Amino acid sequence: MAVEEVGRPGKDLTDADARRLRADFPCLGQEVHGRPLIYLDSAATSQKPQAVIDAVSRFYETSYSNVHRGAHTLSERATDAYEGARARVAEFIGAGDSREIVFVRGATEAINLVASSLGRLQFGAGDEILLTEMEHHSNIVPWQLIAEQTGAVLKVVPINDNGELEMAHFEEQLSERTRMVAVGHVSNALGTINPLREIVARAHEMGAPVLVDGCQAAPRLEVDVAELDCDFYTFSGHKLYGPSGIGVLYGKRQWLEAMPPYQGGGEMIRRVTFEGTTYAPPPARFEAGTPHISGPVGLHAALDYVTGIGLEALFQHERELLDYATEAIREVPGVRLIGTAAEKAGILSFVLEGVHPHDIGTILDNQGIAVRTGHHCAQPVMDRFQVPATTRVSFGLYNTREDVDAFIQGLHQVREMLA
Amino acid sequence: MADVRDLYQEVIFEHNKNPRNFGVLEDHNRHAVGHNPLCGDQLTVYLRVDDQDTVEDVSFEGTGCAISVASASLMTQILKGKAKEEAEALFQAFHDVCTKQREVEDAPELDKLAVLAGVRDFPSRVKCATLAWHTVHAALETDEAGAEVTTE
Repeated sequence: MAVEEVGRPGKDLTDADARRLRADFPCLGQEVHGRPLIYLDSAATSQKPQAVIDAVSRFYETSYSNVHRGAHTLSERATDAYEGARARVAEFIGAGDSREIVFVRGATEAINLVASSLGRLQFGAGDEILLTEMEHHSNIVPWQLIAEQTGAVLKVVPINDNGELEMAHFEEQLSERTRMVAVGHVSNALGTINPLREIVARAHEMGAPVLVDGCQAAPRLEVDVAELDCDFYTFSGHKLYGPSGIGVLYGKRQWLEAMPPYQGGGEMIRRVTFEGTTYAPPPARFEAGTPHISGPVGLHAALDYVTGIGLEALFQHERELLDYATEAIREVPGVRLIGTAAEKAGILSFVLEGVHPHDIGTILDNQGIAVRTGHHCAQPVMDRFQVPATTRVSFGLYNTREDVDAFIQGLHQVREMLA
Repeated sequence: MADVRDLYQEVIFEHNKNPRNFGVLEDHNRHAVGHNPLCGDQLTVYLRVDDQDTVEDVSFEGTGCAISVASASLMTQILKGKAKEEAEALFQAFHDVCTKQREVEDAPELDKLAVLAGVRDFPSRVKCATLAWHTVHAALETDEAGAEVTTE
């Protein structure tokens, strides 16, 4: 299906639309354990529409070559595709300048890049890095690593019983020693949407830059980095209906200009001699070596695909599914929701009394229903709610109320077997 | 095709609800903590062994799925009175059956443990079944100071 045929920008996304769109995703057309696959794990990774699969195949079939090298036709084609994708990403997140877009493997690499590079630039002993209790491990561990190297210390904003940030504590912990505020836009374990505008404004008053982990937000709601005014924003392609192994780091130009390289190699240099090397300006400075060339091409197609549907429509669709599922699951005896924030995106985390999430996952899988079980790489969140793990249902543009009904029915079966 | 009912046998439900030998063994002289980092599960195995490393008594505590709790519970029952070498041989047989390297019929020594053989058709759950065994292995190999072991 051509991209233009998919979209109805500005319109609502109904269950009928979602069923139609589902047909664009070949992987969803199969049966698992003799039952039609119901995929409720898009927060871990989303499935890929045919448009993305075709874009990557076509690129390899017609335009593949190395980028930024060689004067031949294929190299020019590949470079155009690669740089065209960069411009498309900038447009997608509202960045004014495509030189503010660095291609990385994923959000994890992006955060490691900023922690390592900015840390070496300006973290010193006693400086503070302000995180939140709901961060994914990928927005904790890179900061711990650079803190160990520089003597900086981590500060953590706690969350309340609903899984919302304690903003009074944020105010208290923010200080003139704060050199970085790193926060998730949408929590992968709780679904909470954080009040970024307020966080960015207050951090900037204290002179601290803000890095936003947008992995769960970019596939679910409209992101405008200029409006947010954040200093860094990152997301992974694979959660946004694009290929795995490609991610995006947005950084304000003045930061990227000032930051030292993260990795050394080809492509990121201006001039190399054994006496010393000068570095290329961003974004090339942060893209050492031959990149994942087809990744941005696939991501470009994915952005076109979701834009064709409309992020606002997509957000509303997932919100409706979330509300529907939340209401239904509250009727299941023994269920405790983990994450009941007022502002949530399409993620539903819960525990079922007397039944371990792994058993829920296996029994649901046997009915063709894919959910995520475990600590979701957010062990501090599990500790906060005193659970070893949760079961997580997460939505994508292809899910419908029927999927929710099947899941609830499956959960009743789990209870019959185990509770 | 694997049916989930082959995995979750009644015996497993029963041991999950009423785990045997659960809690700290008061006069233990060996212990080890086992982690499954994939799911965050953790269990501790306590042993009292004699001079010849024969298991006089054994207990466990911790949290886990039905498979890991039932496996730990069944393990404590079978291990009592076993010499270290016998315990290790049982672990090997159990591991081989869970990973399809041996048929259940070829490992009669597993006795009641055979109800867990269903995990062989659910590869993501093999570690749940073997966590307690990895942990007891570590406890037998170490001194009283205790040991830590993970499934990864």
